[in-house]
Amino acid sequence: MSDDHGHGHGDPNLAHHWDTMDQQVHAGKFGMWLFLSTEVLLFAGLFCAYCVYRGLHPEVFAEASKVLNWKLGALNTVILLASSFTMAMGVRAAQLGNKSQTSLMLVLTLCGAGGFMVVKAIEYNEKFEHGTVWIGHKNSITGDYNYSPQDKFKDVEYAYPAEAAEAAPDESEHGDPKLAALLDTTVTPIEPKLGGGIVQPGVAPSGLASDDGKRVTTAPKLQNMHIFFGIYFVMTGTHGLHVIIGAIAIIWVLIRNIRGDFTPKYNLPVDLVGLYWHLVDLIWIFLFPLLYLINLDPWN
Amino acid sequence: MKDNYLTHSRGFLSWALTLDHKRIGLMYLVAVLSSFLVAGIMALMIRAEHLAPGADLVDADTYNRLMTLHGAIMVFLFIIPSIPGALGNFVLPIMLGAKDVAFPKLNLCSFYLWIVGALLAVGSIAAGGVDGGWTFYTPYSLQDGRIGVIGMTMGVFILGFSSIFTGLNFVVTIHRLRPPGMTWFRMPLFLWGIYATAILQILATPVIGITMLLLIAERVMGIGIFDPALGGDPVLFQHFFWFYSHPAVYIMILPGLAIISELIATFSHKHIFGYSFIAFSSVAIAVFSFLVWGHHMFTSGMSPLAAMIFSALTYSVSIPTAVKIFNWLATMYKGSISFQTPMLYALAFIFLFTIGGLTGIFLGSLSTDVHLHDTYFVVAHFHYVMMGGTVIAMLGGLHYWWPKMTGRMYSEFWGRIGCLLVFVGFNLTFFSQFLLGSLGMPRRYHTYAAEFQSIHVASSIGSFTLAAGLFITLFYLVHSLFRGAIAPANPWGGATLEWHCTSPPPHDNFSVAPTVGDPYDYSDLSYDPATGGWVSKAGAKA
Repeated sequence: MSDDHGHGHGDPNLAHHWDTMDQQVHAGKFGMWLFLSTEVLLFAGLFCAYCVYRGLHPEVFAEASKVLNWKLGALNTVILLASSFTMAMGVRAAQLGNKSQTSLMLVLTLCGAGGFMVVKAIEYNEKFEHGTVWIGHKNSITGDYNYSPQDKFKDVEYAYPAEAAEAAPDESEHGDPKLAALLDTTVTPIEPKLGGGIVQPGVAPSGLASDDGKRVTTAPKLQNMHIFFGIYFVMTGTHGLHVIIGAIAIIWVLIRNIRGDFTPKYNLPVDLVGLYWHLVDLIWIFLFPLLYLINLDPWN
Repeated sequence: MKDNYLTHSRGFLSWALTLDHKRIGLMYLVAVLSSFLVAGIMALMIRAEHLAPGADLVDADTYNRLMTLHGAIMVFLFIIPSIPGALGNFVLPIMLGAKDVAFPKLNLCSFYLWIVGALLAVGSIAAGGVDGGWTFYTPYSLQDGRIGVIGMTMGVFILGFSSIFTGLNFVVTIHRLRPPGMTWFRMPLFLWGIYATAILQILATPVIGITMLLLIAERVMGIGIFDPALGGDPVLFQHFFWFYSHPAVYIMILPGLAIISELIATFSHKHIFGYSFIAFSSVAIAVFSFLVWGHHMFTSGMSPLAAMIFSALTYSVSIPTAVKIFNWLATMYKGSISFQTPMLYALAFIFLFTIGGLTGIFLGSLSTDVHLHDTYFVVAHFHYVMMGGTVIAMLGGLHYWWPKMTGRMYSEFWGRIGCLLVFVGFNLTFFSQFLLGSLGMPRRYHTYAAEFQSIHVASSIGSFTLAAGLFITLFYLVHSLFRGAIAPANPWGGATLEWHCTSPPPHDNFSVAPTVGDPYDYSDLSYDPATGGWVSKAGAKA
């Protein structure tokens, strides 16, 4: 490069416009924290959509969440927490200048990232097999429906009454007619063209555009199940993408570490990747209860 | 000729891979002005179509696309990156007394992200179907055949990251690269404005990012969040969209306000009045801007209570804005004002921005908004603020820093002619649209009722005058690159640090670390007829 950035200080890692390494490191960390704040805001949009739809369809979220496998979710939480620990140890080792331990810890963190994605793939696969995914859409080009909504939720629709029947006796013991009414899935869909499961906002319990804010209580229960899965897939998908980006970043600092770029004085990239990885973990810590644990065992 | 940043190294790669904030600023300048030209030509075609009530020049589909692309290109490719990306990149580190921005590679990266985003956005013309206005409201943007929406929204997502990285760079630079003596309250007000803008870029832009991703997911996969046919809520999209796009209005105008603070002080040759009030009003506008997005949706279905709260908060934005305007007027009072081109633009700004701001009151009050919503009144209002505000301020800043950036002086005579044509043409174009709007002419329509024709013709004539002024400006600026007089270091008598280094600045900005003093203390400067610039009295005696 013809610009002679990076000259004149002796330390090749110190760019020309900084006076000291300390100043450069602090600026790098500050920049990373700002970037993390943008990541938080990116996910904030998703959490906001989650809140809106959970507020509008609490019964849908409570029931649809049961379809998720909370044990796999918990396993993933443990994996990510452990990987955050190894990442922190890796940053520590880099600061002490212990090159081989840094590499070991980074590799262990990578294993955590890989393990998380494997478990996630198992979960996704399960959902696709059962058709409990988002609703699907008309193909933009051909105009055909990518999925028929009835097909998509057929397992849920058919399986569900059986589950409800099992659950129902418990409720009658507790004498909760509201809950029994909630679990009534026998109502026929009202939108024959699109098939079962879709209620438009004007008829659905409420919409942001509803004029008086009153719930339309006569609407069929437990429709719009797909909205939960739409949000589930977007949230976990965006998070999974961040796990992959994080893993790539870890591979990058691992290569640089093996190459011997880092010293106790200069290990900023390890530190920054560590911060990013902790954020990715932190987001999962919120996703897990919000998606998997909504209604885990409400009768006790 | 002395070594400067333009002659420091040669060849295509020395520009394409440069890490020098000044060169990146110039590349941004060329890029955003090209977008301005493209979208401006679209605007002229729209105005030409409206010379007559019927469908004469273009058909309805073409009209809808022109209208949408004019808006999208102007907003996302031009105005948002214009002042921070071009002038901010060039001036900010020099004003601060730094050698570069904090992360030069990230700076270059955000320029290339702009290029990628721009290609995607403009390329979506080919795919077709981007014709629902620059706001991409659902469910219209989800309907069949509108494939271009995917490319356009992906482009907006990437442009958003370009904007985030610029803002992030500026915040870290201002926090960490201030030289000794440059305290927060010795920073020129331009830096305060850019700082407030950068905070908005960082905190608001991620939300449009996720909104665009959700829109793409809705289009491609059908997740049922925004599409009413799938049980989703289109009004939620509007909330998400305006949660970014209202702060984005301030991302556009705050740098404009920041430039005007510099121009008014320099050309009045008088210390800025109410420094800390102007500085904090920028921050206050940034804070308020997050709380008023609902005023775009008064007619979309909103509870009366929420509408009243949003309306009241909207009014509150006028307080810090008025603080700025009154402080500028007080700065000019008893000043020694020289009416050079940048100052003419600054005065035009105060006039136009005041009209733009005051007509916002009509739209922010609930009862009148019902009548005026989605009419030409809204179009006129935001053009008075965005074009009469930001673009006029940018032109002022461009003329102000042109000698510093290029080392050449432009023709002052043609500068004033250009400014006059822009001012007259602009008012004719958009003031007539206030009349159209209050008479009930809806915005975005391809054709109109015959009784509106006379006002439409006036507006179109105004737009051609405006275009003539802008083309004259383009010609004399380009001409000055080849034939312009050599610029002195300080042609206007400014006291901020960029006038301390040569025009154009050397590669490292300052060979000797500058002495930081009051950025608005003009007492030490006197005009030197020999060079045509201002010099330090102390330095001249020595």
